[in-house]
Amino acid sequence: MSDLPILGATERPSAWKMLRAMVGIGLLCGLFIVAVYQTTLPAIERNKAEALQRAIFQVLPDAKSSMTFRLDGNGRFALLIDGEAEDRLVYAGYDHERELIGLAVEARGMGYQDVITVIYGYSFAADAIVGIRVLASKETPGLGDRIETDETFLKNFEKLDVTLAEDRSAPANPIEAVKHGRKEHPWQVDGITGATISSVAIADILRDSSAFWVPRIRARLDDFRQEEAP
Amino acid sequence: MTDDSLWTIFLNATLINNFVLAYFLGICPFLGVSAKLETASRMGAAVTFVMLVSSSCAYAIHKLLTAIDAPYLQLISFIAVIASTVQLVEMFIKKVSPALFRALGIFLPLITTNCAILGLALFQTNKGYNFVQCIVYALGAGIGFTIALVLMAGLREKLELAQVPDVVRGTALALMLAGLLSMAFMGFAGLGG
Amino acid sequence: MKQPTTGTDEFVKGLWKENPVFIQVLGMCPVLAVSNTARNALAMGLATLFVLVMSNTVVSLLRNFIPKQVRIATYILIIATFVTVVEYVIQAISLELHKALGAFISLIVVNCLILGRAEAFASKNTLGRSILDGLGMGLGFVLALFCLGAVREVLGSGSLFGLSLFHDGFQNWVVMILPSGGFFTLAGWLLLFNWLKQRRGGEVAG
Repeated sequence: MSDLPILGATERPSAWKMLRAMVGIGLLCGLFIVAVYQTTLPAIERNKAEALQRAIFQVLPDAKSSMTFRLDGNGRFALLIDGEAEDRLVYAGYDHERELIGLAVEARGMGYQDVITVIYGYSFAADAIVGIRVLASKETPGLGDRIETDETFLKNFEKLDVTLAEDRSAPANPIEAVKHGRKEHPWQVDGITGATISSVAIADILRDSSAFWVPRIRARLDDFRQEEAP
Repeated sequence: MTDDSLWTIFLNATLINNFVLAYFLGICPFLGVSAKLETASRMGAAVTFVMLVSSSCAYAIHKLLTAIDAPYLQLISFIAVIASTVQLVEMFIKKVSPALFRALGIFLPLITTNCAILGLALFQTNKGYNFVQCIVYALGAGIGFTIALVLMAGLREKLELAQVPDVVRGTALALMLAGLLSMAFMGFAGLGG
Repeated sequence: MKQPTTGTDEFVKGLWKENPVFIQVLGMCPVLAVSNTARNALAMGLATLFVLVMSNTVVSLLRNFIPKQVRIATYILIIATFVTVVEYVIQAISLELHKALGAFISLIVVNCLILGRAEAFASKNTLGRSILDGLGMGLGFVLALFCLGAVREVLGSGSLFGLSLFHDGFQNWVVMILPSGGFFTLAGWLLLFNWLKQRRGGEVAG
């Protein structure tokens, strides 16, 4: 963007012309962007909500409706209000009789290639993780990405035990990955041969996330019941 | 927002997910400037510097735009900052080392359109890095870019002397080299695990 | 010197003779990054086409209004605006597509092709020709992206647009979907173009 020496430098336009061009065009561009933004905003919000609902219902199979809660500074869960920071969220799932059946939580962790983002469903009745869905991953196609498609692997998550220990401060048995075929306990994850690191990554993500959320959720179950489900 | 250690972030940007060889950012200068070793390393240094500055500015801009709820201005502000930084760097190099300025030629102002720099700003915003993580990320990305560029330059300088069919000579050859380099770098995957 | 060209000439040159990817070797980054499936490649190409045509249109309309000193900055401003617009439109249409293309939609703004055309052509030509130029170059870009995407998807996933082409016996060349595959595929296409050019007696792209 360096200016080459211009022949006929007497041609230099007034500062006004330059200002007029930049500011004028700048304003027009700005207005155009804002207009498009406002027009597309409803559609985008709708898409996001639908995608979230789909993910929640996939990991909490019996849920018919859901509400979003946020963990506040006092360890209580409150309905998410517009404008609040969207961190430390959990999604409560209710069946058609508005009974609370479980919670869906997002979790992230380092995989083989890059960060993996998952959402998993925790069911109260089963005291276990009952569903998982990979939201974002960059694992090696054909190898690591089998965490998303391998049926045997996904079966691990139909009832992954996270029962709390006596003191209710953490799951009694932390989730751990084991070599393929060596699964003996309901809190273990049967790994995928050839995709060890990705499988272990998923297990670790779930272990750390459930260790944080399950005790807190169980301690404040009533927070989720008080609100009127839609 | 993430609890990636600084070392993980750095390794990630430099080797495991190298900006050029894994993310395909900065290809134009990669193919254009990597013919000579010396120019390549100087270019890498210039890019690293611009990355560091833009990264910090991008972090500040993102915080500002979030505060005033104008996310749609993000792209324009980022590119404006990058363009200004490059202009400044250009003037600086011209004053300090006219020889280098001439050597880099058209590629200096072209740093503005280097996808790697804008890509860096966008990635770090999407990942929600805090300020220190941003700086480390930028440093890693710049060094990774330089490594890729220097490796490429070294290889190409050697290849100049080889007997290569005309149809392959030039960009096609450079791309095949890049493909092989990219495969080699895949060996770094799992380093952060 | 420059012979008077027809409108058709302006349009067609972007498709073959001056194809932005295979001949001019511009705008490489998105070409390599989002061409791992035919669908993504096509979407990316169309988004770029839109920005290119709109940017050429506006730059041509305003060409006498923008002083030379600030032209690059203004062009970038205009291009960034349309890219922002495209990004929101894609998000509104399909969140999934937006996630697949990722940050590369935003990176259209630094695609040397668009800035290049604005500077080399749209700023010096009438509206009609600028639009044709944009359309031609843009379609050439889409074509190139599609060629890459199709090859990578067919060899790397055994499918095209998600439809499986081969029966289970086909071993996917996974490397094709990986970054290296992108480099190799583009190298292959460039080789082909160079060879064709050489046969026609022309010079080989450097």
